[in-house]
Order: sequence, then C-alpha cells, then structure tokens
Amino acid sequence: MLRIARTATTAPARRRLPNPWDFAALLCVLGALAAVAHGAAGTFAPLDTPDATGITLDAWELPYYALRTTMRMFAAMGASLAFTFAFATLAAKSRRAGAVLIPLLDILQSVPILGFLSFTIAFFMGLFPGQVFGLELAAIFAIFTSQAWNMAFSMYQSLTTLPADLVEATRAYRLSAWQRFWRLEVPFAMPGLVWNMVLSMSGGWFFVVASEAITLGDATWRLPGIGSYVALALEQRDIEAVFLAMLAMGLVILAYDQLLFRPLVAWSGKFRFETTSAAAPVPDPWVLALLRRTHLLRLATASFGRVVAALGALRLPLPRLPPAMARPPRRIGDLLFGASVIAIVGLALWRLASYFAATIAPSDVAEVALLGCFTLVRVAAMIALASLVWVPAGVWLGRRPALTRLAQPAIQFLAAFPANLLFPPFVVFIVHFGLSPDIWLSPLMVLGTQWYILFNVIAAASAFPGDLAEATRNLRVDGLLWWRRVMGPAILPAYITGAITASGGAWNAAIVAEVAAWGDTRLAARGLGAYIAHATEAGDFPRIVLGVSAMVVFVVVINRLFWRPLAVFAARRATFG
Amino acid sequence: MDQDILLEVRACRQAYHKDSSADLVVLDDVNLTLRAGEIVGLLGRSGSGKSTLLRIIAGLLPPTAGEVRWRGAPLTGPAEGIAMVFQSFALFPWLTVQENVELGLEAQGIPRAEREDRAEAAIDLIGLGGFESAYPKELSGGMRQRVGLARALVVHPDLLVMDEPFSALDVLTAETLRTDLIDLWSEGRLPARAVLMVTHGIEEAVLMCDRILVFASNPGRVAHELRVSLPHPRNRHDPAFGRIVDDIYGLLTRRAVSPTPSRATPADETGLATPLHPVNTNLMAGLLETLAAAPYRGRADLPALASALQLEVDDLLPLGEALSLLRLAELAEGDLRLLEAGRAFVDADTEPRKLLFAEALRSHVKLATTIRRTLDERWNHRVPALRFRDQLEDHMSPDYAEATLRAVIGWGRYAELFGYDEEADQFLLEEPDEEE
Repeated sequence: MLRIARTATTAPARRRLPNPWDFAALLCVLGALAAVAHGAAGTFAPLDTPDATGITLDAWELPYYALRTTMRMFAAMGASLAFTFAFATLAAKSRRAGAVLIPLLDILQSVPILGFLSFTIAFFMGLFPGQVFGLELAAIFAIFTSQAWNMAFSMYQSLTTLPADLVEATRAYRLSAWQRFWRLEVPFAMPGLVWNMVLSMSGGWFFVVASEAITLGDATWRLPGIGSYVALALEQRDIEAVFLAMLAMGLVILAYDQLLFRPLVAWSGKFRFETTSAAAPVPDPWVLALLRRTHLLRLATASFGRVVAALGALRLPLPRLPPAMARPPRRIGDLLFGASVIAIVGLALWRLASYFAATIAPSDVAEVALLGCFTLVRVAAMIALASLVWVPAGVWLGRRPALTRLAQPAIQFLAAFPANLLFPPFVVFIVHFGLSPDIWLSPLMVLGTQWYILFNVIAAASAFPGDLAEATRNLRVDGLLWWRRVMGPAILPAYITGAITASGGAWNAAIVAEVAAWGDTRLAARGLGAYIAHATEAGDFPRIVLGVSAMVVFVVVINRLFWRPLAVFAARRATFG
Repeated sequence: MDQDILLEVRACRQAYHKDSSADLVVLDDVNLTLRAGEIVGLLGRSGSGKSTLLRIIAGLLPPTAGEVRWRGAPLTGPAEGIAMVFQSFALFPWLTVQENVELGLEAQGIPRAEREDRAEAAIDLIGLGGFESAYPKELSGGMRQRVGLARALVVHPDLLVMDEPFSALDVLTAETLRTDLIDLWSEGRLPARAVLMVTHGIEEAVLMCDRILVFASNPGRVAHELRVSLPHPRNRHDPAFGRIVDDIYGLLTRRAVSPTPSRATPADETGLATPLHPVNTNLMAGLLETLAAAPYRGRADLPALASALQLEVDDLLPLGEALSLLRLAELAEGDLRLLEAGRAFVDADTEPRKLLFAEALRSHVKLATTIRRTLDERWNHRVPALRFRDQLEDHMSPDYAEATLRAVIGWGRYAELFGYDEEADQFLLEEPDEEE
C-alpha cells in the first residue's frame, strides 16, 4: 500500500539533485551576508575616523549608503517587533498594566518624533561617547519610534480579540504561557501585524531622511545613508543627486517589497481567521514560490521553521498569569498600583513645572498656543482638501477591481516615498512667484500622509458587498442619496482610520514642512512646527520641550474630542456583519 | 395581445467570453412569460443559471443575446416595478429597519410624510411592527428577511423577484415565513402582482408556486415546465403533493444519468472533462450505509431519503451522482439503488474500504487515473495541479474546473491514490519504500 506525503517538508530530499534555482538562491544568500558584514563594519567605527560621518555626492557610493540605510531600517524593525511582543502582551495580559500602557501608547503615538531627535541624540551620544554607534542608535531609535506604535496597537487588538474557544483549547491542553504565545497569540495576530509592518516600513522612510543628517546646536553629523545624501544634495542644490537618491530609494523599496513583504503578506494569509475564504485566490508572489519550490531553500526554511517551532514548544517557567475571571482582583494590589502611578505622575508634573518655571515665561506659552492654532487650521484645511480629492477618487478606483489591483502597489510606493524629497520644487515655485509661505507651504504637510486616506477608501470601496451593490441598483438609488445612504456610511470607518493617520502624520510633518529649504533659500511659515524646528536649530532645549509638549497636547485633544467619538460612532453604525 | 403579460424573455443567452477556447455558456435559449397573478419558481441545481436569469430579469445583468420585455417595452436596466429580495438579505447595516424600508421610496423622490406612512404600513404587513428603529444586526435571520421583504413590497412592485429567499434561514423560520407570505398572497393582501422565485428546494417550489420551471445545467436552460394547481394552503402530506415532488425528482435524476452534450463546449477527446462535484467521502459512506440498512435495504425513494437525512436536492443529487459515477450505487427514476461494489464497500472495514474506493476511482474516473499515471511517470512524483486545471478549463467554466479538481483531490486523498500539496498546488506521491 502506498503512503502519501502529507506535506512538502516530509518528502525525501536526499534523492533530489540541487536544481539551478538552488545555486542562484545560494549566491543571493551569500551575497546578502557579505553586504551586511561590510555595512556593519562602518557602524562600529570611532566617530573621528575619516568617512565615518562624512559623505560625498559620488553616485558610486549610493549603493553602500542604501545598504546602511536599509540595515538601519531593519534594525529598527527588529526592535519594533521585540517591543511589540513585550508591550502588547503585557498590556493585554495584565489589567493594571493595560490601564496605564494603552493611554501611554496613545500619547507616544502623538509625540512628534522629529522634535525629539535632539534629546535622543544627546542621550545616545552620551552612552557611546566618540563612537559612530551612538549616532547610529539615535537614528535607529528615531525610525523605531515611527514604526513601533501602530504595530503594538495591532498586536494588542489581536490579543484582546482572541477567539474564546481557542483560548479554552490551549488551557485545556495545558499549554504554558510561552507555548500559548507562539502557538496561538502570535499566529492569530500575524495578518494584522504583518500589514502594520508594511505600513511602518513605509512611514519609516520619512524619518530616515530626517534622522541621518543631524544638526544639534552648531555641530552637524552625517551618517552614511540615503537620508544624508539627500540632505547634502539639497544643501548643495544638486538636483541630479536628488534624483539619483530618489532612484536608489525606489529600488530599495521595490527590493524589500518584492523580496520580503509580498511573501510575508501572502504567507500570513494562512493565519487569517475567517470562515469565508478570500474572493479570488491570488497567485503566490514569486519569492514565496521560489522558497516553496526550490529544494535547498525549502529545506532551509523548513529547518528554520523547526527550530522556531522547537523554541516555541519549550515549557519555559514563565509566571502563569491567572485568567482574568478566575479570582476577584486584590484591592490591596490595586491600591498600591494606583498610588505608585499617582506618585510617578505627580513627580513628572513637578519636574516639568519646575523646569518650565525656571526657563519659560507665560508669554512663551501663549505664543506656542497661538502658533499651535495656526498649525491646527493648516492641518484641518489640508485634511479636508485631501479628503475632497481622494474620497471620490478612492471610491471610483475601489469599484473597479482591475484598476484597484494596479493602483494599490503604486499608492503603497507613494506612501513610502519620503515627501521631504519633493520640497525643493515647492520652495522654488513659492520663491519664483513670491507667494505667501504661510499658505503655500501647507500642502507639504499632507504630501506624504494623504495616501493613507486614499488607500483606506479604496480598500473599503472595493470591499463593498456585492449583494448590497445589487440591492442599491435594484432600488435605483443614485446621486446624493447614494453617497449619503450607501457609499458614505460604507467607507466611513476606513476613511476615519485613514484620516487619523493622515492628520497625525501631518502634525509630525509640520516640523519639517513649515520650514523648507533649497540651498540657502529658506522659507518659514508661522506655526508650531516652525517653532520647534527653529528651537532645535538653536539648541534651545526648554523651547523644544515646550513646543513638543504643546504639539502632543494638540494632537491628543483633537484625537479625543474629534476623531475618537467619530470612530466609535462609525464602528457602531457602519460595520458589516 | 394578452393584457396580463408582465414580462417576456425571448431566446435569452448568457455567455462569458474566454480567449483560449469557446465561450462559456451559462444560459442558452431561455424563454419565459410571466403573467399577473402567478407565482413562478425557477428550480434547479446550483450552477444551472437560474440566479443568472433572475438577475437578467431584474435588470442587473444584460443578457448576451435575446430580449427581455418588461410591460411591453425592452428592459434596459433596473426597472420601476421590479423589486428584489436577496438570499443574504442585503440590508444596509447602518440604516434602521425603517430607513432600510424607506430607501427605495427615497430614491423615487417620494415626500417624507408619504414615505413614512407607506414604510409603516409595509412593516406592519410583514409583521415587524415595533422594530422600526432597530438596526439589522439586532434582528434574527428570519426578522432580517422580513425587512428585506418589506423593503421590496413597500414600492408596490408589479413583480417581486426572490433569490432563494429562505435558504439562509433555519428550517422552522423558513417554514413560518413561507406560510405568512402565501397567506398574504392568497388573501390578496400582498402588494405585488406576480412573484418569481429561485429555489433549490423541491418541496418549497411545490408548496408555493403555480408554475415551476425546472432547469438543466451546463448550459443552463429550461428543461421542463410543470403546473401546480393544488389550492393554497398546500399540505405536504397530501398524496397529490407527494406525486408532484416525486415527478420532479424523477425529472432531475433522469437528466443526471444521461447528460446531454452541450453545443457550446468543444468535444473532449481525452474523456477527462467530466464535471465532478466535490462530494465529501464521509457523506458518501454515510449514504451508502443508510441505503444498505433498514428500512431501505438497497433501494430508496429520493424524496423519502432527502427528508430522512434532512438533505436538499442540492446536497442529495450530487451525492447520488457521485455514487452513480463510481458505480457504487445507481440513480434511476427518482430512486437510488445500491450496486454490488457499494454493498462490498458497506461490508468492509476502514482500510479495505479505501482499497475498494481506489479501485472504483481508477476504473470510473478518468481524471484520477490520469493524475496517478502522470505522477508515476514523473521522476520526483510531483506534478503541478495547474496542468490539469488548464485542461479542464478548455471544456468547462473555471468554477466547474475548480470544483472538479477539489472533488478529485478529496477522493484521491481518501483512496490514498495520490496526495496534494496545497501550498505548492501540486499533486504528489510518496514512494512505497519510504517509511515501510
């Protein structure tokens, strides 16, 4: 009687000769290893080594710069993943930790990272004095702060919506907390997490450009990387170099999208927890097909998988957290926890107050509040404008599946593309026509973030259920009624998600968008972003803290008073099923 | 000219263009006349094109060829006077019951006061009074479909078209809703002049319809037309009712045994391209066991079998056809009869059963034999499923090809004739000397 191989990995491999794909794949892997080693060598050099922080506009150096930048992004992604696993798990598993961590995450998400660069640089330079590694860490940290929060949120959301039957199954089979984490929680969170990784990676580029070339007071460092290259090109008005950098960046984005994210997204699809299968099976991306069909690579990934599986199966003696319902919460513990939280908050408040009291006058606060209002008006106007353009466009695209398939990768690329590279043409344009920077610099703020609106609207419109579309046609609903009763509510939740991301991003971008430069032509708009940028340039720490705090307050208050109620309303009314 | 004629379908054909081979014909030469005052049922297996025809009549889909005339004029799109009820209810989750019902009136520009009155009336008529401000997700399936009905009836349509309106409901709820609808209809209180419904339930069709059009598949066409002249309310236990149900089973199985070659699909020289339904092997075994045991002892009447096993035509007929194809049982004149091989299968244990099944598969399913032979010939005993999918798609629609492949994968796995690697989309074989 014949026996059947259940899966590819149990099939005998020893009889199979390596095929040409194996050699190609092996060369690729070895080449990548060599490149990483070369890039890493530069990371651990002392700061005063020649070329350690110098940079030239030589095009032949670009591949090396691209490599360094990519390594930074992946280092930050690794840190973000580690943070996500630890933070989300703690927040989801411990009631007390969750009560503090989730609002904290919300605030962290609203902190304009660019405003904080000066602090983190000072901190990491202090950790590794005289070493490139300190600067390197500061840059990685900046990218990390642009990537981590939404990933942590996604994981937290997955962990709080674990299917109850699967949780019961893991308890019934007595899986340890560690085993449950790798067997249930991570796989369940995987589709959302991978998708957020893709978004994070796109968002990270903006900060690469801003964080590699660092000016603090009168000192300037340039870490070898695409970001520094762009900064230098902008300073020297070398338009050719700007285009070269764009090209390099495009190639890098294309490479990791094809090599990593497409296979990851396709692979994570198998963890999708749905009763209905996807509408149309999408063919495997070519890298995944390569992995699955090349014998050696399949063997390698299978053994890697076995190692990971073995690690996940360890019965690590982690503290077994009690199930939430098992026993009533201890009042004493709650009291102690609450008291310590209040103590820490009080201490922070006192420190902040005394810091400000010593350095900041009430007039400064009033000025910052006024400037914040200017920026608020700018952000609101730009989001409204972007919505007016992209909502109809997104609905139009989303209702045409063939176009949607074409548009989605293009928009993903546009979202990843650092908008700061597009500033120079604007500056030239504004200067040439003598326009007011207060108005005409505003579009720069949404240049990079508007795509989130478009992206989300397309996704929602293309997911509009076929039976509802037929019902709409049968009832002959059209025109304004169609927008008001049918398509408007259908895309509302996704639109709000997109608009929150876009407006948060716009606040952040204000720091670079309200002051734009092309060579020695410098334009500035009146606003909170420009205030922070000027303070950073002058190394004026109290005013940086003040500006950043004001921005956090603005973003959090708008989120709480405007977006959150809207999102809750939309989620209650306009979700399917 | 007959004043009562609402809708006429003439020589309607629906085909999808395929670049590699001939067009895929979903509907072929369908003719239909609908008059005021009748309930007409479109009955057939899934994939027989009855839902497509319904969408053509509702103006949601233009036919490839042929003509649809609505109230004497050619139909060009969703028309006034035709209201549709959906299998999935198709309610807008962000609108209340009242707002959902009012939507069609709103689209016609009817003033608010009149809209509210008419919606109120429709909601009361259909038994939803008191739920006006509820959202669909607060309602049970039966209540949701009542909203769907109210939304269609509120426009006072000349023609109410319903696409398997009860098949997403549980048995009891469906029966209540059917009865309520028929009661309204016979009392003349249903604000619609004619009803056209798609169903795959034979009893449902006989219970509700004045006229039943039985569809044949591949390509879909009207194979038979029956009149049901029993008065409402109809009784399932009435012998006359049972005879009609029996007749329809007979019609459906007679066609199933001798599939007519279609004009549209090119001839298949290899014999590979017999469309298969992915029928679960456990169900096959279960049906064979039921058939062999008392009270059937080897021969069962299909309607009786269907009600005993709580299976609809859509479930039972593919099972019977699969068993016929494998020569384990035989479908004839509305009966299912156990064959020699089937008897042996029932008497055997797990492992011998697999051997018997493999034997049946090798002898009667050309596709399975071919896959196995190809695997034996390959040096690595793997072959992409794509290769067979392409071959099948030359002779049938991609959906049918996919279903056929899934059937042969399931059967091949059960018989341990070959395996299938889902990730690589490849058939595979393990050599006999491994592990043993």
